[in-house]
Amino acid sequence: MNRFLWPLIGFVVLVVLLGVGLTLNPRDVPSPLVGKPAPDFSLPRLHAPEQPFSPKEMLGKVWLLNVWASWCVSCRQEHPVLVDLARRQSTPLIGLNYKEVRGDGAIDIDKVAPDSEKGMVIERAAAWLTQHGDPYTLSVLDIDGRVGIDYGVYGVPETYVIDKAGIIRMKQTGPITPDIFSGKILPLLDELSK
Amino acid sequence: MKHALMVLLVAVASIGWHAAHGGEAVPLAENELTEKRLIAISSELRCLVCQNESLAGSHAELANDLRREIRTLINQGKSDSEIMDFMVSRYGDFVRYRPPLKGTTLLLWFGPALLFFVGLAALVRYLRRRDRVLQDAPLTAEEQRQADALLHPQDSRQGRS
Repeated sequence: MNRFLWPLIGFVVLVVLLGVGLTLNPRDVPSPLVGKPAPDFSLPRLHAPEQPFSPKEMLGKVWLLNVWASWCVSCRQEHPVLVDLARRQSTPLIGLNYKEVRGDGAIDIDKVAPDSEKGMVIERAAAWLTQHGDPYTLSVLDIDGRVGIDYGVYGVPETYVIDKAGIIRMKQTGPITPDIFSGKILPLLDELSK
Repeated sequence: MKHALMVLLVAVASIGWHAAHGGEAVPLAENELTEKRLIAISSELRCLVCQNESLAGSHAELANDLRREIRTLINQGKSDSEIMDFMVSRYGDFVRYRPPLKGTTLLLWFGPALLFFVGLAALVRYLRRRDRVLQDAPLTAEEQRQADALLHPQDSRQGRS
């Protein structure tokens, strides 16, 4: 009896560990930025390129920063959730348009004239929002992805929940599903808005 | 058959050659020293898009951006550890192939050694216990006779023993 007990216990432990491992998402790398101030930047607005936007303008408000691009397939999956959010919530949703042109695998950036890139970015991003609906309070343009690096962006879409003091409270890598929204983001927004 | 095999081998070999040489990163660099440091640093870093590739070897878009960023930092005169901190503060410890030793990584660092010693202890225990079970007991006369018969079949047949 005892002869088989320990191997059996070992086997069960192994199965449990592997089972837990299967439910984890290897893409979900914990961000060191959670609990830290949102990195500052100054980027042109999509609908008013001559007017820069900085996260400092959002101090005192709970807000969401959503990283998106028209070439990003998962963003399309996530988009209805954002549109729904914008309709029901008053929480400001800022879009960070990430490498709209040079991130697109179909475009060879070496063949794009440097001074025409910004125009292309604006045209493509605006067209996409017109087609799919614009849930964003405003969108800013991270043309070369430099701000994305400061935010540790490695897979679009990504979403950051930022509190009144400008501290990042949560990072969601990958599309926000309705479950994630109602289960994690909404309770957090309620708590932070108190 | 032999011929077909040859063709197959050559084909496989050439695929391997292309994979190795087809997409090598284009060195953008003027400065050899900068490039050497870039390679040394980026070999220690994980590409977050492909996860099992180093930043030095990855063709992912983000890896390109990050290599460019590291190159800029090198040119600004930043030390290797400052550059490492830059990456870790944005992407976390996961970005390092050699995770730092701290509370959350203790199991990662010492888990294998721990398993080894648990296994060793179990082995020693098992061997000792077996030793005890197999302790030499003197044979009975009947057992001795059977053993002799098995060991010296001819002798016993001739009736000499």
